[in-house]
Amino acid sequence: MSLSSVSEIDASSEKFLRGKYAVCGVGETSYRRGSQETTRALATWAIGNAMEDAGMNAGDIDGMLDYSGNDSTFANFVAGDLGIRLNFYMDVHGGGSSIEALIGIAMGVIEAGMCKTVAIFRAMNGYSQVRIGGTGARSAVPINGDQIHNRAYGWQSAGQMFAPSFLRHMYDYGTTPEQVAHVKVAHSKHASNNPKAYYKKRYTVEDVVNSRIICKPLHLLDCCVETDNATCIIVTSLDRARDCRNRAAVIQSVAGRVCKPRADMHYQHGPISTVAGLYARDILWPNAGVGPEDIDVTGSYDAFTFTTMLQLEDYGFCKKGEGGDYVSSGAIELGGRRPNNTSGGHLCEGYTHGMNMVIENTRQLRGEVDDSCPVGPDGKKQHTYDYAEGGCRQVKNAEVSANLGWANPGTGSAMVMARDHK
Amino acid sequence: MPLQGEYMGMMLTIDDLDHENLDFFRHCHEGSFHLQRGKTSGLLRYPPTTACPWTGERESEWVPVEGKGTVHTYAEVHHPIQPAFRDKVPYLVILADLDTQKGAPSEHEALRVAGNLMTADGQFAPPEMIRRVGIGTRVKMVYVEVADGFSLPHWTIDEDADQPETPWRYPQE
Repeated sequence: MSLSSVSEIDASSEKFLRGKYAVCGVGETSYRRGSQETTRALATWAIGNAMEDAGMNAGDIDGMLDYSGNDSTFANFVAGDLGIRLNFYMDVHGGGSSIEALIGIAMGVIEAGMCKTVAIFRAMNGYSQVRIGGTGARSAVPINGDQIHNRAYGWQSAGQMFAPSFLRHMYDYGTTPEQVAHVKVAHSKHASNNPKAYYKKRYTVEDVVNSRIICKPLHLLDCCVETDNATCIIVTSLDRARDCRNRAAVIQSVAGRVCKPRADMHYQHGPISTVAGLYARDILWPNAGVGPEDIDVTGSYDAFTFTTMLQLEDYGFCKKGEGGDYVSSGAIELGGRRPNNTSGGHLCEGYTHGMNMVIENTRQLRGEVDDSCPVGPDGKKQHTYDYAEGGCRQVKNAEVSANLGWANPGTGSAMVMARDHK
Repeated sequence: MPLQGEYMGMMLTIDDLDHENLDFFRHCHEGSFHLQRGKTSGLLRYPPTTACPWTGERESEWVPVEGKGTVHTYAEVHHPIQPAFRDKVPYLVILADLDTQKGAPSEHEALRVAGNLMTADGQFAPPEMIRRVGIGTRVKMVYVEVADGFSLPHWTIDEDADQPETPWRYPQE
């Protein structure tokens, strides 16, 4: 694969805050349906786990960011519960494509001297309260003003809103349902080696294309799972991160939320089979000083099988239009050239609006993915690199990762992280 | 007083200060599709906006636009999300490129107007009609009333137009 499709990459000098900040702690609740807990209780649980992972106490954290869509608790409640006194917090509206952008914001506010360490969380009862698939309460709200141009047409859920891009990609490039189904095959393979994944069953291409149609071209198994969970990622300076319990994941660059023209209705500006990654990559790669060829493991957002493919294509992991070939080549599976969403992602592990993909890549870069491999006398995982069902899911020599976050075809965020060698 | 109407069991509301949407849907109710045109750019835009996407100019004028176009892409919904659509599946959401201003101001731009596939008299299209429509199908606009002064634009097959032999459809029927 060539980098020629990506604009010039400058690795000669460190750009912006490259290599100065890190993810120092990650944590999550279990992935369930029917949590029987408030989003506030879930958030407290996940942040506590991330603090434990970082070896931090309440006094070490003085910043908080979170995101939601009228479906979650807020930072001030959760900080109070945990005894954290905040020097900075902000509750942000949004879903997918938030986490990479919020990590950039966290770096910025720390750089500005506003606080020292930021815990970022997303807490959601995406199955038992406000369903992410759009059924239930969210589908019954009154429709006002600008929303009439889509919701009045039964064009509201994520699958319905994105389907026109997916279909047009099939038309423009001859992409087939079977090719795209390989994304589910790969992610379900990964999930089968993830004890905490909600769905651990491995699926075949036939399973996917024979499952019922939700909204053409999406079959049931092209769509992600709805779950109840909270997730947390702690960001601090690399210096502070090096005092933490686990190895730092060093942030090389962030981009987000990058938009196509006409973010009010991106379909006005074509080609509509091209997504925001086309623009985001010109920030992501030059600022990181690496390109797609240098990436060992990706976290391309899988709200649907198609979103993973479209982003890998527009960020330059393959040529435009060859995404179907790329995702069906074996490259994105464990054991392949560049595995994607090794936790099982949104299709299988649980739905977190992008958080679990950053958590997973942090663990990959540490070399300490939580699979079923045995723990050695030093307390560390002894990875077998045998990816058979129920086995290992650690990528060998994972040095650099890329997360590709997705809000919709017109908006995305991204981040490159590297293993810390200190 | 906001302009309100119940449509398929859904309450649709346009606030009385939302001049752009009030004008847009009033023109539809009068049976004449109109879009805003930027005075400086001379370009039409869809859906309504508060300024010209090419110049940022706030002033605009509403001009009549022929409601004819070609299906650029679509979504064919088989699993309803909103209760109102439960007895309508399968239904099509069409994004049609208007003939007017297609490919301008740049190659891949077009006025891509949303609507459901309807019969010529404004009923949801039956499955056999849906199977005739794909990317490339020529369509024309029909209007469905929500309230006095408020109609929604929709699409129907333009039976008088030259149609492609086989419009592109998703391979699984």
